[in-house]
Amino acid sequence: MTSSFLFLATVFLAAAVIAVPFFQRLGLGSVLGYLIAGVVIAPILAWLGVDAVAISHIAEFGVVMMLFLVGLELEPAKLWRLRGPILGVGGAQVLITAFVMMATGMVFGLDWRMGLALGLALALSSTAIVLQTLNEKNQLGTPTGQNSFSVLLFQDVAVIPILAALPFLAHPGGFASDHASTGDGHGNDGGGHGEDHGSASDALFDLTTMLPAWGQAMVSVAVIAGIVVAGRFLLRPVFRTVARTRIRELFTAVALLIVVGIAFLMGAIGLSAALGTFIAGVVLADSEYRHELEGDIEPFKGLLLGLFFITVGAQINFAILLAEPLVIAALLVGLVALKAAVVYALGTIIRLEQGNRITFALLLAQGGEFAFVLFGFMISEDVLPRSITERFTLVVALSMVVTPLLLMFNEMVIQPRLKAETAPRAEDRPDDENAVIIAGFGRVGTVITRFLLGQGIQATVLDNNPDQVEFMRRFGMKSFYGDPSRVDLLNSAGAGAARLLIVAVDDPGEAVKIVETARKNFPHLKIVARAKGRTDALSLTRAGAEGVVRETFDGALMIARQSLEMLGVKPYAARRAANKFKDYDLELLKEQIRSDFDNVDEAERIRRVRAIVDELESLFVQDSQSGKEALRDTWVNNPNAEDR
Amino acid sequence: MSATAVVLFAHPAEEASRTGAMLADKVEGMNGVSVRRLYDLYPDFDVHVEQEQAAWDAADVIVLQHPFYWYSSPALLKEYLDVVLEHGWAYGKGARALSGKSLLSVITTGGSDAAYSAAGHNQFTVEELLRPFEATAHLCGMTYEPPLTLHNANHVSDDMRADFLGTYERRLASLLAARSVEVGRVA
Repeated sequence: MTSSFLFLATVFLAAAVIAVPFFQRLGLGSVLGYLIAGVVIAPILAWLGVDAVAISHIAEFGVVMMLFLVGLELEPAKLWRLRGPILGVGGAQVLITAFVMMATGMVFGLDWRMGLALGLALALSSTAIVLQTLNEKNQLGTPTGQNSFSVLLFQDVAVIPILAALPFLAHPGGFASDHASTGDGHGNDGGGHGEDHGSASDALFDLTTMLPAWGQAMVSVAVIAGIVVAGRFLLRPVFRTVARTRIRELFTAVALLIVVGIAFLMGAIGLSAALGTFIAGVVLADSEYRHELEGDIEPFKGLLLGLFFITVGAQINFAILLAEPLVIAALLVGLVALKAAVVYALGTIIRLEQGNRITFALLLAQGGEFAFVLFGFMISEDVLPRSITERFTLVVALSMVVTPLLLMFNEMVIQPRLKAETAPRAEDRPDDENAVIIAGFGRVGTVITRFLLGQGIQATVLDNNPDQVEFMRRFGMKSFYGDPSRVDLLNSAGAGAARLLIVAVDDPGEAVKIVETARKNFPHLKIVARAKGRTDALSLTRAGAEGVVRETFDGALMIARQSLEMLGVKPYAARRAANKFKDYDLELLKEQIRSDFDNVDEAERIRRVRAIVDELESLFVQDSQSGKEALRDTWVNNPNAEDR
Repeated sequence: MSATAVVLFAHPAEEASRTGAMLADKVEGMNGVSVRRLYDLYPDFDVHVEQEQAAWDAADVIVLQHPFYWYSSPALLKEYLDVVLEHGWAYGKGARALSGKSLLSVITTGGSDAAYSAAGHNQFTVEELLRPFEATAHLCGMTYEPPLTLHNANHVSDDMRADFLGTYERRLASLLAARSVEVGRVA
């Protein structure tokens, strides 16, 4: 049992590890990689007797997590601004697509009820594919991204009334012949309400069946209100307490507990789990723990979504495809073309510019994972015969496969042509991230942040002391809890869009780690780092920081300058002497860095440093005749001078 | 009420100065005269605008005392005038803060008297080279007093230095006396 589980896990992981980098290399994105990996391992799964459908229901939980993460990115005010696109564009997309599909179906001789059911199922797009793609391309903040997201959010919520309405569309006579064979298809437990993404609600907890309709509504409202209130007032202290323990996995456990717990709760009352976690995400969006939560949930989401895409790939029914390739191809083209046409038309109405309109249309043109769920439900409710759902399950899966291909075609062929015509526009860039990130919020970071604020420059601040972060938040500073040397925290703090990273942490080892991580993952970032002394300055420069400031050096120089004044030297003369000394010292430091990079041996290093000492001394001594020997002694023989 | 003068002394290397520092020290002892040593006050060139405007406000006579650096003032004095003489305060519509005050330049040079003439190798007289200061005084509604110049300040005899100090002191005293009469009349 265990060994077969491990074998299965090995197959899935190996398929992903081989296929995804390959497809990413080809510029096709990870989604197609996973899908193809699924196609490839389908025979192995069949041989093992593994039910890909059952796994896909577990994997759909990745979508729930993704909605939580999307919620985290969306502060309530921002969500409120999206109410127009969500209700308007989203509602129009679902209804128009469904009715156009129904009409098309009726032209081909389908009963109107069957046409409508099919239309509703096919109108929904794949949240998983679209959001994953937008995330990967960093386009969630663009107009196209925002509108796509709005439509997807509406679809997520629309699933619930659709599920409720389906029984009324049941075929009067039933489809007795295939009703009996419901065992192997894509039907899930058929328990009814709210069976969407991963909320495998158990009959035991299905409270809704016990209540009248108004009672159900009351319970739903109460639970959602509960999530909002708890998110606002209860979770914050919980996070803080957990963060104080400094046990990382405990924080991860809390994050998972929130997502899983809410999904369960929503399932139990017959609501969309994705909606519930999305709301929780929005409530936590302006919390200082947001980035840490993102970093913790992200890998789970990624793995589960990957697994989900693999199972979709594995579900592609090649028997049908080979038996009627032309029919399937026609349905596929019809589905994608029709959905794209509706979205394109909506894009025109909301005045997206043409390039964005095309991307918008192609993004939402595929069928979604909701369709699989709805098809299963339709069979059990006698809405559609198996002969139809089987074919459309295949068509939806194929539409998911062609989406990345269409998007690549769009990106490589269509967009460049349009770009040539219209100049790039500023609004295409995500605009909600600060240009400056400050890692470390102690004595040094605080001063820098205050100074920048005074200049009207907002900085995103990261620190791994929860009390410090909490304190600064009270003063309205945008600060987040977490370990700044983690790439996921830097990423969710907006390092991808930021221009400058200021490393102000106290611990030199920590600082070097942060610089290394940032340099490796965000090559465009300018990095200024705080060093203790000369040795740190060298390692920080080596790690890739452009600007390195020795915290003790300028202070020491100020003391020296004041001392000189107190000895009777004129202030301006003291200033010039101090600045000259500074140049001299920086030149030495630079030479050390050069020697360091050249990897020269000790003797050569000393020779070079001596050459500079001689050269600079002659300059230095032109002004002050005395002290030459003392200087030489200080710089060459005094071991303490090396670290100042 | 007696009038006051403020001497803005700008010398980047006072410690090496033979004459300028001595002159500033001596006039500082006079009644109603204060000296602001700009390179001591602002070694980083961050001139404190409000503080300096208050000094101009309080004085009736403003003296710019400095060595000639490249036929003009040392850099800090130029920076000083750039930031302190603000539009709306020193000049511009309705700006009367400096109106009627006297501006006197006291210059020490390294060259000879003859060098600062049309025929000399500096081509221009000190008065001509000080035109920007004269124009500045004019724009601010100030009275531009004929400047005092000590040539060859590094090498002149002690007697000549003493003579020049005497001229400088008498000039300050007479300006202050004239102003005091005025101040009295107005009051």
